[in-house]
Amino acid sequence: MEKKVESGMSSIVKTITSVMVGFMMLFAGYFILFGDEVPGGGFPAGVMMALAYILITLAYGREFVEKRVSGITASKLTDVGVLIFLFVGFFGLYFSGTFLNNFLQNNESLFFTSGTIIINDVAVALTVGMSLYLIFLALAIFGRVVCEGSLCKDLGRDSEEEKE
Amino acid sequence: MNTILLLHLLLVFMVIGSIITVEIKNMLSAVISVGAVGFILSVTFLFLGAPDIAITQVIVEILSLILLIRATINVDNVAIEEKGESIFSNRTTLIFVGIILVFAWIAFQSLPAFGEPSMRISRYYLLNAYSKVGASNIVASIILDFRAYDTFGELLVLFTSISGAFAVLRRGKIDKHKDHLKIDLET
Repeated sequence: MEKKVESGMSSIVKTITSVMVGFMMLFAGYFILFGDEVPGGGFPAGVMMALAYILITLAYGREFVEKRVSGITASKLTDVGVLIFLFVGFFGLYFSGTFLNNFLQNNESLFFTSGTIIINDVAVALTVGMSLYLIFLALAIFGRVVCEGSLCKDLGRDSEEEKE
Repeated sequence: MNTILLLHLLLVFMVIGSIITVEIKNMLSAVISVGAVGFILSVTFLFLGAPDIAITQVIVEILSLILLIRATINVDNVAIEEKGESIFSNRTTLIFVGIILVFAWIAFQSLPAFGEPSMRISRYYLLNAYSKVGASNIVASIILDFRAYDTFGELLVLFTSISGAFAVLRRGKIDKHKDHLKIDLET
């Protein structure tokens, strides 16, 4: 019977985080969907998504996040983003003869008025966001390095696992 | 004229912040000083008329501040002792930087003046971006349509770095000898 330890920060931080993350995700979605009309685009949207996940990780602890979006899932989403961009490029090659050509450009539809820019925005946001989140996860893993033997004396660190 | 004056003031602040970053002893103060330099840089981008880059700079600066604080607070910063003077010591580095600066000064003479772009290639983009692509944000139409190959390469850089990090940090223990670090990976 182990006592369940409350991970993460205090309940004030958790409450504010649960309110803020929705707005951050909304802002990222706005950047993606209106990236061809207003300043913004895929890259800030991706970094915003990564910041939302990092905020959850800092507030609720790493185990809470890894149940929802684990490192493997984030890595696969990174691959999905690159593959979306690649398939858009090959569709351009197939439909109009050049790699990454904008094969839907300047049409009169409701949503894809600027062609493949929105699809490419989604791809860029997925790849950038998930890879930056993975960099943060890797740093969190790096913080848990346990040292043994004489190296601990050189580093001046205790021989037990560090607190997360 | 007023904008140029403000721009030079911001540049002076950025130089001061960089010097503080290099010279200060406390690690957290150095990281915060880097963040201040980044935010001044974003204001500089706003003065130069680039709101896309300003937004990106602010958000990336927040992320890098978090990453740097997370990376530097828990890590013991053991100073590496210098044993004698190696070939690439400070003097050699200074000489090479001086040579590079001389050649850069010669090369920069042939560039157009600051704020006066030559507009040879970019004029085509400015004139044809809306009629050809249909996006009212010209920056988006340039980086995702005219120069989409560059963006694809940028994505591949991120993808490759993450793949390499996962290949290096994959599951496994290297504690065969007692002096080695033991790294346990959950993911």
